[in-house]
Formats: sequence, C-alpha cells, structure tokens
Amino acid sequence: MSVETEVSRPETVVQELEEVVIRFAGDSGDGMQLTGTQFADTTALVGNDLATLPDFPAEIRAPAGTLAGVSGYQINFSSHDIRTPGDAPNVLVAMNPAALRTNLDDLEDGGTLIVDADAFTDGNVAKAGYKTNPLRDGSLGRYRVFEIPITSMTLKAVSETGLAGRNASRCKNLFSLGMVFWLYERPIDYTRGWIEKKFKSNEQIQKANTLALLAGYNYAETTEVFNTHYRVRRAELAPGTYRSVTGNQATASGFIAAALLSGRPLFYGSYPITPASDILHELSRNKNYPVKTFQAEDEISAIGAAIGAAYGGSLGLTGTSGPGVALKSEAIGLAVMTELPVVIIDVQRGGPSTGLPTKTEQADLYQAVLGRNGECPVAVVAPATPAECFSMAIEAFRIAIKYMTPVFFLSDGYLANGSEPWRVPKVSDLPKIDVQFRTDPEGFQPYSRDPKTLARPWAVPGTPGLEHRIGGLEKEDVTGNVSYDPLNHDRMVRLRAEKIARIADDIPLIEVMGKESGRVLVVGWGGTFGAIASAVELLQKKGSPVSAIHLRYLSPFQRNLGEILKRFDKVLVPELNLGQLRTLLRARYLVDAVGLNKIQGRPFKVAEIVRAIEDLLGEP
Amino acid sequence: MTPQMGGVDSKPRLTKADFTSDQTVRWCPGCGDYSILAQTQKLMPALDIPRENVVFVSGIGCSSRFPYYMNTYGFHTIHGRAPTIATGLKIARPELSIWVATGDGDGLSIGGNHLMHCMRRNLDLKILLFNNRIYGLTKGQYSPTSEFGKKTKSSPFGTAEQPINPLEIAIASECTFVARSLDIDSQHLTATLERAARHKGTAFIEIYQNCNIFNDGTFDDFAAREVRAERMLMLEHGKPLLFGKNRDRGIRLNGLEPEVVTLGQNGITERDILVHDEKARQPTLAYLLARMTYPGFPVPVGVFYSASRPTLEGVLETQATQATAALGAGSLERLLKSGASWTVS
Repeated sequence: MSVETEVSRPETVVQELEEVVIRFAGDSGDGMQLTGTQFADTTALVGNDLATLPDFPAEIRAPAGTLAGVSGYQINFSSHDIRTPGDAPNVLVAMNPAALRTNLDDLEDGGTLIVDADAFTDGNVAKAGYKTNPLRDGSLGRYRVFEIPITSMTLKAVSETGLAGRNASRCKNLFSLGMVFWLYERPIDYTRGWIEKKFKSNEQIQKANTLALLAGYNYAETTEVFNTHYRVRRAELAPGTYRSVTGNQATASGFIAAALLSGRPLFYGSYPITPASDILHELSRNKNYPVKTFQAEDEISAIGAAIGAAYGGSLGLTGTSGPGVALKSEAIGLAVMTELPVVIIDVQRGGPSTGLPTKTEQADLYQAVLGRNGECPVAVVAPATPAECFSMAIEAFRIAIKYMTPVFFLSDGYLANGSEPWRVPKVSDLPKIDVQFRTDPEGFQPYSRDPKTLARPWAVPGTPGLEHRIGGLEKEDVTGNVSYDPLNHDRMVRLRAEKIARIADDIPLIEVMGKESGRVLVVGWGGTFGAIASAVELLQKKGSPVSAIHLRYLSPFQRNLGEILKRFDKVLVPELNLGQLRTLLRARYLVDAVGLNKIQGRPFKVAEIVRAIEDLLGEP
Repeated sequence: MTPQMGGVDSKPRLTKADFTSDQTVRWCPGCGDYSILAQTQKLMPALDIPRENVVFVSGIGCSSRFPYYMNTYGFHTIHGRAPTIATGLKIARPELSIWVATGDGDGLSIGGNHLMHCMRRNLDLKILLFNNRIYGLTKGQYSPTSEFGKKTKSSPFGTAEQPINPLEIAIASECTFVARSLDIDSQHLTATLERAARHKGTAFIEIYQNCNIFNDGTFDDFAAREVRAERMLMLEHGKPLLFGKNRDRGIRLNGLEPEVVTLGQNGITERDILVHDEKARQPTLAYLLARMTYPGFPVPVGVFYSASRPTLEGVLETQATQATAALGAGSLERLLKSGASWTVS
C-alpha cells in the first residue's frame, strides 16, 4: 500500500510505506554495524516498530574487499507491529563488490540497490570473484540501482578538516547513513549527538564524521539522484515509554534488576566469548549498582566464582556460549549437588566445537537440559525476544532462589545482537524476589527441605551457629553429611528431580496463540518466536486452522503442555537445530511431532515457516 | 565452647576443640595430614576471628577432605577448582577469612591454571598446598611434583617428566606471601600458618606432607629428625642463611649462584653469608632459595617472600565506592530510565 503526496520540492515525491527492510553491507572495517545501530536507534526514536539482524564475520578484519570480510546489518521498521528483521531486504546498501555479491541474492526483485561506485575498481571486482564489473555488465537489471561515488564525495566533504587517506575515507559509512536518513525521513540529530560524544577526545575525527553525515544527507536532498523519499509513519504501539534494546543489553539490565528486586548483590563471573561478551561489558560499567564483575581466567573459574558468590549470599551469575557451557558442566553439577542458586547464561551460537562464533543456532538445548554427568536436573528458561530477556532474567533468579537450584538462561546470537523497542515496565510492575537466609541455629540441618518447594535453606558463611560443610560428594538426606548409602543415594537423586519438577506448579500456564484446537500446532522456543508468530498470524488471517505455542520454560515444561499437544492433529516444531525440542516432546508426551530444521547460522524466514505449515495442512 | 573468666562484655575465648568438627577423620593412620589439621585447629583461636567468619574451601584429593574436619564453614568442591570458588566468595564477602586446602595434584595439575591466577590477583586468601609428591586418593600415581624417574603405578618404568616446584610457581605468579613448612615440625608449621594468616593478601604455603601409604619417607633424606639440622635451612628474615647442628655452614652467593660454605674454612666468616630478606623489592632471592634442593643444598623452609600490595577485593570495593560517589547509587528507577527513550501516549 502506498500513497503519493507532494512536498515542497516539486521534483521529489514522498511515498508512504508501511514497512521497509534495509540492509547495510560492507567490509568488516567499514563500520556497517555502527551504521546499522545508528539507523536502528534513530528509527526507534522516530517511533517505528523495528527488529534488527546484525550479521558479521568471526574475523575482526578479514582481508579488505574479500567475501569473507563482509559484514551486514539488516533492519526492518514499520508503522505496524513487526516481529522479525524481515525475510528479504527492499533496500541494499553495498559498500563494495564483495558486499554486493554476498547479499544480492536476498534483495527483493525490483529492490533498491545503493552502491559505492568508487569501490568497484577492477581489483575489488576481481577480489569479489566477479569476472566482469556487475555495474557494467547489465546483470543488475532487476533492481533500481543507484551508483553513487560515496568514497570520493566523503573525501571532499571532510577535506577541510585536513584528514586524508584512510582516516578520511573511513567516514564513508556516515555519508551513506546520511543519505539513507534523508531517504527515509529520519532526523540526523541523534547520530550527530552520538558522534560528538564518541569522538570528544579527537576534534578532527569528530568534525570529519559530522561533515560526512551532513554531506550524505544534503547530497540526497539536493541532487536529483533520488526522486522519491519515503515515509514510514509511527507505529501504533501500546502507550508507554520505550527504549531500543538488544537482547544482551536487556539481559544485563534484567540481572541488575534481579539484584535490586532481591536486595542481594549480583556477582557476574565470565570469560570473554562471542556472542556473550557484551553482557560482561554492560555489567562491568555499572559499578554504582550492587554489581560485582569478575573476568575469570577460564570458563570453569567463571562459574566456580559464581558458585562461591552464591554460597556467600550473592546472586551468582555466569555467562557464556555453548563451548563455555561444555567447560562449566562439572561445576554445574556441583551447584546441583550443593543446591545453590546460580544462573548460567548461554548465548547459543553455531556448533559443535568453535563452530560459527558469530552466527545464531539453538543447538544447546540438550546440553542445558541433559548435558552433565549423573542425574543432574536443572531448570531451563528461554526468552523469546530481545526485550523479553529483561523479564526472563528476573524470572531465572526468582526460580533459582526459591528452589535453590542452578537455572539455565538460554539466549542465542539472534536475540543477543538483535534489537527491538522495549516498553519499559514500571518499577511497581516488577515482581519481588523473596530472599530468606537461614539464621536460626535451633534445629538447623543443611539439607532439610521446605515441604512445598523442596528447597534447602540458604545458610551463608558469617551466620553464627550454622557452621556446616557442603560439597560435591553425595549428601545424606537432611544432615547433608557425606553418605555412600545406596538407598540414601536413590532418595537424593529422586528428591533433586522432584524439586525441579515442582517448579511447574509455580510458572504461568502456556497461552495458545489462536484457537485452542485444530489441525496444526506450531511449537517453538527461544529466538524463533518472531518468525513463528508472524507466519502463524499470516495464515490465521487467511483462515488456516493453525495455532502456535511458544515455550519459555524448557525444564520443567509447563503443566498444560501435554494436554495442548493432544488437541491438534499435527504438531510442527521449527528449530535452528536437528530437532532437540522435538525429541524432548516426543519422549515426554509420546506425540508424533514433526520438525522444521534449519542449521545455517541464520534465523528462520517467515516464508519458510509458512511453507512448512502449508505443507502440513495439505497432508491428509 | 569453653567459658573463660572475664568482664561482662568479654567473649569467651574459643579453643582448639571449638574448631574440631563432629566428623570422623578418615585419613590413613599415620598420614601427615593429621598434623596439619591439628596445627590449624590449634592456631584458629589465637587468630581471634569469629568462627562463623572462617571458611575452608578445598578441591579433590586426600588434602581436600580437610574442610569436613574443621568446625567452621566448609566447601569441598571439585577437582582443582577450590581457588575459583574461594575467589567468588572472597569478592562477594571480603570480611570472611577464607582458607584453601589443596594438594600437589589438585593445585598444580588439574587446577594449575586457577592457582596461578588466584595468586596473581592477590585476594586475601590463605592457600595450603599439601605436597606429598604422589596421588594418594587414586592410589598411587605420580604427581607433577614427583621426582624424575620415579616408579609408581602409572610409571612402572619411571616417570619421564620433569617435576615442578610449587614455590617457583607461586613466585612467578606474583604471589605476595610465599612460604614452606613441613608436617612433622609442628612448631614451625604453626608459626608459618600464623604468619600466613596475618598476611594481607594471598598467602601460599607449601607443606611437605608424608603419604605413608603410597610415598612413605619421600622427604626423609633431608627432613628426618636425625638429619634435619644438617640438611634443612630455617629461613629467618634479617638473619644469615646458616644451618647445621653447630650453625657453622651457610649459603654464600658466588656471582648469581648460591654455594654451601663452612665458617672458618678458607677464611670464611659470617659476614660472607647471605642474609635472608623476605621483604626484598624483587623476589629474586626467594626464587634462588626455592631452587635449592637436596642433595647439593639444604632445603629451605620458612617465609621466602612477603610483599605488600592492594588486594583484588579491596580494589573492587574502592571502584564501587568511587563509582557510587561519582554517579550516585543505582536504583530500579534509574536502571529503567537509562538510555535514549521515547514515549507513546
């Protein structure tokens, strides 16, 4: 749907759009992530709904101009509610031939292609593996191509600062950003302010970047290259205050909130690992909050320290990605045996081994639920959107403390780096986290249990009269003394399992999206929510008998899960793995669930899920 | 707890019995660990730390059963990881007195990385490394401190590995207190434990400990009572490095090499003898002493090195205080409002 209206400059028209998907792509040294982030933050402030997909290589600076070095940032923004970064970009900004080559296939037919014409030198064209210059050989005929000499105009724009060569050309991302800001009616003030702050110690760089941004904006406005610019009206979001957050930012804020809500300090032990490191950076900055951070020598030390802090009465938190969880497994077992409240963040990435460090995947579900020696049950929660990381972080510690158990917080690379508007909750709407330390020595037993939750008392060092010993050896029921008694072991294994099972009585029931029964139920978990919900809603609007549920709790499952599964003829489980949730569902509920499985380091496209549902609906 | 006479406000003094737990000690009869346990329990009341503020943390191995026998807070963790748990606990609760009990396998093999980093961070922790040069709990395999060529269950033809020296690791790891003692010299052990307890920062003590089942007599060559005076060197700050029953032998520095000399021979007097300086600006002397082994040299025990440096937990507290002073204390309201926002009405 589009409406054309005239504006003051008669030769340009404003076209109104409901939704736009833009992808910025360039060398990993070209500042594409920065460009995308600035565009996203500005778009959030304008009031659109949005979702982003940063996509970058694991190498910090792969050789310039090569396919391996291409970094991209996709943003979908709209005047209505959206949940994914979009299947196919409408606009591609390609800063060099390699960026064009790796991204062009995704651009919609008839889409807008903006390229830095200066970057299409013979050398760069060859490096990208093109036999002929795509700008000259007619191969781009399906697109609206804008060849703009971005580099040379940037150099001219910044020349008055005295900056030259590489330092000057590095400003070209801001030139591009300025152009796109004009094209989509975004103000440049936010980015100007950001530049001023970011480069306040280097006036020359500060000025050059500002000039490049302005030059790009003015170029787009005053030349006749673009005869149309586009308007995407504010989205009709629910009233409230909004912030644009990435999943990692929301995760960090959520865990700080958990500390404030519980009145206990947060301790974060972590070893740098992609894509979880931003949580460490974010928490390290907040030393005026009750937060202590510890960059450990390795993954094991990071969780060991978190367990030590939990033993001392802090909220013990550790964060990592899949390979780090593998190293932490033995210590997680210790926290299970000693029944201490520790939360383990796993920002999943492509595996196995080092795998695809910067790409998303959901293949650590088995590892979280099952991946330890012995019978070693833990609770597992998974946020569904970047913003939801905030509330699930609080929920993770609520469960950990109430049940005195380790809890997994399963995020993923897509949630961690993707951003969306977050409706900031009111302080009064946040849950309280009740913390009760044992202080009475009368009748104290380290492994006595709350009759309802089966939690043991949290008895922290420094409490007179409660001196006691805990450890990884099997505990005698009630006393916590070391015990090798066979029947005691059997009892303790069952008690630990039962304690986790009882969490199911204390978490919300699943709400079905759509009708309560029907032909197909789509079951998702974690970061695939946006794509699944969009696909299901699209088909529901067409009248298809499909519903969806999205699991935020993977261990234990919510109480009404089994019963919901029974009400549908077919169950489809889309996952970015080979079917880990599907296997757990089949084992637990004897349901003949089928999978939609993609293991490409990329999120689902809405169309892929639509197709799978339609295929299933078409079956007898 | 034994009540003592005193004013109305004075707390009754604790005794060794107050630090003895109700658990049956399960080390082999004759094990050197008994002595270390007894000296530690004996020392505790003298330190005047409330019992509830004392925590013993251990890893895995014979030595790591230690916390079960101390009537304090205790955490028997997993193999090699005691320093990590102690680190988190100390950062979270700086007021606690935290002791790590570890062994040559636990501390230097599977947990070597943690031990090294724990020491360089200078948390105010006391680390007792029981060195018996063997794996006892797993019944007799060689350890990283077993001598080259040693025949054990896992090295029937002799080990092919060079051992490492715990004190050299401690010095290289920038540990601020480095000492050695031995299980059978209870007086020396108590004194060394007390010095460690009173040190502000990470204190590392290697304790020679006899495993009478799998490695009996491994230190006898120099530590047996009848030869000890001739073959061991008691380090004392500011005193010449003299040893021998008649204290007539000493250590002289010849270039960068230490050598054993005898007073009165070749005109050597006490003035030629190296004077121990545990507070030296550089731990060079400590390292040189740590490398002296029998035969060839007397084996030194005592405090090798002691330096003053800010503790990790202290620096973190200062940073938190400064950040709070500069930015104001964080609150939920502030947390939610931080960053650019917009309002939809």
